[in-house]
Amino acid sequence: MNSRYLPLIITALVLGLLLAAGGYFFNNFLSLRVFINLFGDNAFVGVTAVGMTFVIISGGIDLSVASVIAFTTIFIAQTVQDGMHPLLSMTFALMLGLLFGAIQGWFISSFNLPPFLVTLAGMFFARGTGFIINDISLAIKHSFYSETIRGLAIPVAKVGRAVVRIPFTAQCLILFIIGGTLLAAFTRFGRNVYAIGSNEISARLMGVPVDRVKIMVYALSGFCATAAGCVVTFYMQSGNSSSFVGLEMDAIAAAVIGGTLLTGGVGWVAGTLMGVLILGTIQSLITFQGSLNNWWAKIFIGSLLFLFISVQQLLKHRLKGR
Amino acid sequence: MRIVGIIIFWLAMVVFLYGTRRSRNVAFWPLLALACLLLFNLFFTQQFYRLELREGSFFGIPVPQLYGVPIDILNHASKVGILAIGMTLVIAVGGIDLSVGAVMAIAGAMMATLSVQLGVSPAACIAAALAAGLAAGMWNGFLVAVMGIPPMVATLILMVAGRGVAQLVTDGQIIIFNNPILTSIGNAFLLVPVPFLLMLLMLIATWITTRGTALGFLIEAVGDNEVASSRAGVSARTLKFLVYVFCGFCSAVAGLVQTSNIRSADANNIGLTLELDAIMAVVIGGTAMTGGRFYLASSVAGALLIQALTTTMYAKDVSPVVAPVPKALVILAVCLLQSERVRRLFIGRRGTA
Repeated sequence: MNSRYLPLIITALVLGLLLAAGGYFFNNFLSLRVFINLFGDNAFVGVTAVGMTFVIISGGIDLSVASVIAFTTIFIAQTVQDGMHPLLSMTFALMLGLLFGAIQGWFISSFNLPPFLVTLAGMFFARGTGFIINDISLAIKHSFYSETIRGLAIPVAKVGRAVVRIPFTAQCLILFIIGGTLLAAFTRFGRNVYAIGSNEISARLMGVPVDRVKIMVYALSGFCATAAGCVVTFYMQSGNSSSFVGLEMDAIAAAVIGGTLLTGGVGWVAGTLMGVLILGTIQSLITFQGSLNNWWAKIFIGSLLFLFISVQQLLKHRLKGR
Repeated sequence: MRIVGIIIFWLAMVVFLYGTRRSRNVAFWPLLALACLLLFNLFFTQQFYRLELREGSFFGIPVPQLYGVPIDILNHASKVGILAIGMTLVIAVGGIDLSVGAVMAIAGAMMATLSVQLGVSPAACIAAALAAGLAAGMWNGFLVAVMGIPPMVATLILMVAGRGVAQLVTDGQIIIFNNPILTSIGNAFLLVPVPFLLMLLMLIATWITTRGTALGFLIEAVGDNEVASSRAGVSARTLKFLVYVFCGFCSAVAGLVQTSNIRSADANNIGLTLELDAIMAVVIGGTAMTGGRFYLASSVAGALLIQALTTTMYAKDVSPVVAPVPKALVILAVCLLQSERVRRLFIGRRGTA
């Protein structure tokens, strides 16, 4: 077995263990409904994390995603209130997100600035512009939201009298995961991203268009974050420019737990999905338990991060030793 | 009193210029920005420099206290300034510490919980909080220096878990305390606010320890090229470890100041996103994130610049929620000014010899 895949296997094991523990302690934990909700409720984290995975594989980081999500929700809420059709509004938002990411990528690649700082500036910028649009929470009232999106849920099973449906948000997540996996594994862009993350200088010498790929990576991350913002509006049915402070760290944590190396060059979109599911499972375990407090989630996630990073570190030493 | 305010501020400028004389090229931009901002306020913001003498208290002893916008800036900038001192050294060795905000929360939570729920004496509370900061720093240092984990990943662990630990300490409550000594740390005055004096004290102490001895030189050597410096006999690991411990200590002090200032420990919000402000202050001050060089006084000037900018916006009736936008532009501008390509545009071919 290739030991490169060990982090991925450990991630799968942890996810399995968490789910099994949930099933052992709580009666209805392993039901279809809970599992589908795991996808639906964490869809926006997952969609963001797909873009983040690419950025991290390329050796960078994107701190602006949470603010971009908040900006998207308020942008859609405001434009829909002003009479724009939600689909048109979302198209505009996605284009803005793409452009915003590309501009960040341009600053990073052409001026050789640290991604941490540029996306930090992007984070403040997106947060502030969101507040300029509107600084209160706005409800989205449109038949597209209350009927069309709800109607897109796919019924999969009947439990008693209730029908279990896969909500549209979960479908979005699955779509992005599949798209991300294909993009990473089977396209020239994907290979270039891995090459840049492994060693930027050799990639440049081998003829990889480093600057262009970097711009595309950050544009992709901006696009994913905006898409995540759209997903948020699907189930919150509102926009708020002050929401999701600190979500970028969840996305980064999901990628790291999923086996992506923060130093770049190694990572899997499928691993990121498992990372997101692990974070979601911890959250639902705590909800099921009822008396446990939210801070245990933070401590547990921190410990998990430590576990995964240590394993990666040991692996690196072993590979070097050969 | 307006004239007095102006004189005090320009005096401070001269001190900063003098302190960063050796590194004038790098520190020039933040100081120029700060000077422009202060000049702008002199002409366009009414009563910006108006200072009053009021009755203040220093740990129960009545002392005179200055009151006015500039003093407010000094008071509010000191938290980020204290953080920036530790962060400067961490960035100088080529690292980064994302956990400072969480460590602030832990220190504040320790102090408040020990005092309110266990009735421990104030001195012991402060000592325990500082010890917690040192322990957090040791954990970070262990991960980075001993285990060799990249700093951003290593400190991410404590950034996520640390706030959880702080909430565990306070049991999720906002703990309000009214011990006169503990509430004085962040609210006392000795003509100027005590937090500012604390920051100045830490700046001077750190400056003497690093620049008065070879320590600063060694730190820069490790940041410049770790392998080369350890081959040359510098104990790079120990230095890296110590730098993170010091950063943990600075975070604890900043945590004490903020907790004391608001007279309550709110584990969820103390120091939230302040790690970003601290990193921003350091970078604005001209310390490159790649390590190898550091400018302590200039980092503190960066912290003052951020606060002066924020306060100016409040004074000009800019809504506080929009404030992040100018902040973003300032980071970007300073980054660009420090980037190789833009500098070449300014200097032309003269500088490339």
